[in-house]
Amino acid sequence: MHLAYPVVLAALLFSVGVYGVLARRNVILVLMSVELMLNAVNLNLVAFDAWLRDSLHAGQALTLFTITIAAAEIGLGLAIVLLLFRARGTADIDRAIALGDPAESTADVDEAPVGTEALKGRATA
Amino acid sequence: MNLALPALVPALPALGAAATLAVGRRSPGLARPLAIVPVAVSAVLALVVAIQLGTGQVLDAATRLTPTGGPEISLAIHLDGYSSLISVLVGLVATCVQVYSTAYLKDDPRYPSYAALVSLFTAAMFLVVYSGDLIVLLVGWEVMGICSYFLIGHHWETEDARSASLKAFLVTKLGDVPFLFGIFLLGADAGSFRIEDVLRAAGDGRLGHPTLIALLLLAGVAGKSAQFPLHTWLPDAMAGPTPVSALIHAATMVAAGIYLVARLLPVFLLSGAALVVLAVMAAVTMIGSALCALAQDDLKRVLAYSTVGQLGYMAGALASGDREASVFHLVSHGAFKALLFLAAGVVIHAAHTNSISAMSRIPGLRKRVPDAYWTMAIALIALIGLPPFSGFFSKEAVLTAAEHAANGEALTNGLGPASAVPQAAGWIVLISAGLTALLTAAYAARLFLVTFHSPAGAALPAAGGAPAVADHEPDAPYSPEPDEADPAVAEPPAMRWPLWVLAVPTMGFGIAGLRSDWLPALLDGGSLKPSAVTAVTGTGLAVVGVLLAYGAWRAATARTTEGLPAPAEPGRVPEQAGAPAAEVIVADPGRALLGPLFGPARHGFGVDRLYSALFVRPVEAAARLVRFLDREVVETYVRGSGAGAELLGRVVRLAQTGNAQTYLSALLAGVVLLAVLVAV
Repeated sequence: MHLAYPVVLAALLFSVGVYGVLARRNVILVLMSVELMLNAVNLNLVAFDAWLRDSLHAGQALTLFTITIAAAEIGLGLAIVLLLFRARGTADIDRAIALGDPAESTADVDEAPVGTEALKGRATA
Repeated sequence: MNLALPALVPALPALGAAATLAVGRRSPGLARPLAIVPVAVSAVLALVVAIQLGTGQVLDAATRLTPTGGPEISLAIHLDGYSSLISVLVGLVATCVQVYSTAYLKDDPRYPSYAALVSLFTAAMFLVVYSGDLIVLLVGWEVMGICSYFLIGHHWETEDARSASLKAFLVTKLGDVPFLFGIFLLGADAGSFRIEDVLRAAGDGRLGHPTLIALLLLAGVAGKSAQFPLHTWLPDAMAGPTPVSALIHAATMVAAGIYLVARLLPVFLLSGAALVVLAVMAAVTMIGSALCALAQDDLKRVLAYSTVGQLGYMAGALASGDREASVFHLVSHGAFKALLFLAAGVVIHAAHTNSISAMSRIPGLRKRVPDAYWTMAIALIALIGLPPFSGFFSKEAVLTAAEHAANGEALTNGLGPASAVPQAAGWIVLISAGLTALLTAAYAARLFLVTFHSPAGAALPAAGGAPAVADHEPDAPYSPEPDEADPAVAEPPAMRWPLWVLAVPTMGFGIAGLRSDWLPALLDGGSLKPSAVTAVTGTGLAVVGVLLAYGAWRAATARTTEGLPAPAEPGRVPEQAGAPAAEVIVADPGRALLGPLFGPARHGFGVDRLYSALFVRPVEAAARLVRFLDREVVETYVRGSGAGAELLGRVVRLAQTGNAQTYLSALLAGVVLLAVLVAV
């Protein structure tokens, strides 16, 4: 089989994964998209392993590693999602922005005086 | 002779000062003995050293302090008749002042630090007197300067004291900078900072720039000894406590400049120009300060101007090449002026005011302070220079020296040829000294008559001192002394006895110069006997001065007792606005004697205003410019960098949305960008 088929398939899979990670809202779907990207990589590894006829089959061995780690990772990810859902009642990634810099405080600083006073105010805030 | 004794003399008061500072706060009971005992012991030691040394002996010992690239600095002691005499004077006056201060500053919470500074000051003066090395002498000289600054500013709560202490410090420093360069030049030319070596070099004519050295040194002397261009700090320094004025501004610190010139007189004799400059300086100082003294209303300021004038006499004697006469006058003046200040302190203590016109309205003031009254009379007669008090002999010695210098036969006593002193210097000193004798007598008489004998005070209803005091208390200049309503405690023993101790040399010291084997043998061995011509003219002028002041005072009192107001002066000055109504009824002979000069003289002929226009304001303007540059220009850059960083930060904040997908998009964009860059 020509190398192009699996590579193109992997590229498509990866692109779908990227799209899913960047565009989906549901965290579960984002995690699934991550799995898609990992599997695209796995497919690449296996394809090149076969193509290069590697006597040690390093590509296949690495794929096994990746699958193991991906399993662990998805377990961890799902646990986080579960906790997030329990705490917030939603699994929506757009609404989990508690770590962001709130926009309204930016408006506050706009009015604050420039210079050392402002720096001091920032330090206390 | 054991060197430990002279070394102990400056060391003891310094140790006493350290001890007073260390324990004075915690145990105030110890402050007094710690202040008095070391100073008294070193006064006794100074006397012992003087007696052991004897007359005509010179002791010079040195140990190398530190090797330098150029001339060496050594810890040297130089003892001769001059240092013996002046150290005994310093010890006597300092002990009297310390004893007196225990009563004068009885209730002052800052007494320990005050006493420590007085002790330290005394130590520094001893160091100056005993030092045989110019650099070590300079150390004592500067320590005195800083002690003087602290002591003048003792009542730092008042604006007067703060500005006076700053002024004293800055003005004397202005003189000290050229002085330092003068010492360096002297050391470089002579190859040593030892006074012995310097004098030897001067004798051999090895000094390259005698005129320059002498003029540079004179700047420092003018600052320290309050001579004409730099005299303005001394009258203002009266903001300090009165004992400080007695110690520093009469007997010791201001004498240091004169003492230094006396020590280095052979250097000055190499330069006729410097002697003429010194003579002119002395003449302007003498006459100007005597005129000012005649117009002052503050008792201590009269005495301060009088000190400036008497220092002018000493400088005049030095300009005439006779250091014996100068030091003779220094010692007798030190005694009687310290006495005057201490007595004035008692009077101020009792009257609660510094103003003599206010004192003249206190009934029975002289009965409340009889000891101060009599000792002040003695000291004033000595100041006027009437025989047989000490001032007469010492002033005549100065006049005689000037007369000899004017005739071209200056009494240099072997320090240099008589022709080294220009005749012009002699004439300048002689004429101005004669005129000053007249003026001195007039202002001394005025001071005494107005303070103690004014009929205006007697004419007031004798309802007791307290109401009269309360009457003008708000107008009076600031008087930090504690309230002493009871006249019986106006003169506590600790304040009375120093007066009489100082009165003894004031009366008797003059005869020491009569025989050439008494005082002159201790000094250079010349003659201090007054010559007939100057004695008669000097005394005559003094008597005329007293009579003039008395006549003017009689006329003025006659006017006031008739109830007529004194004629209004066109030169009446706004400063007096503080005590206006009362001022009119005071009979002030100074106003009649000085005429149109009264107004300017009251303000020291506007020298302060001139300096303020010439120096103070330009400096302030420069300071404002620097402040502007700092605040508006430099600060702008600093603020700008801060504002720039903040603006940048605000832009970066916008990226921090909290949405993980946004971050990942940016990450992907970055990766793609890098990949493209690497590929291309």
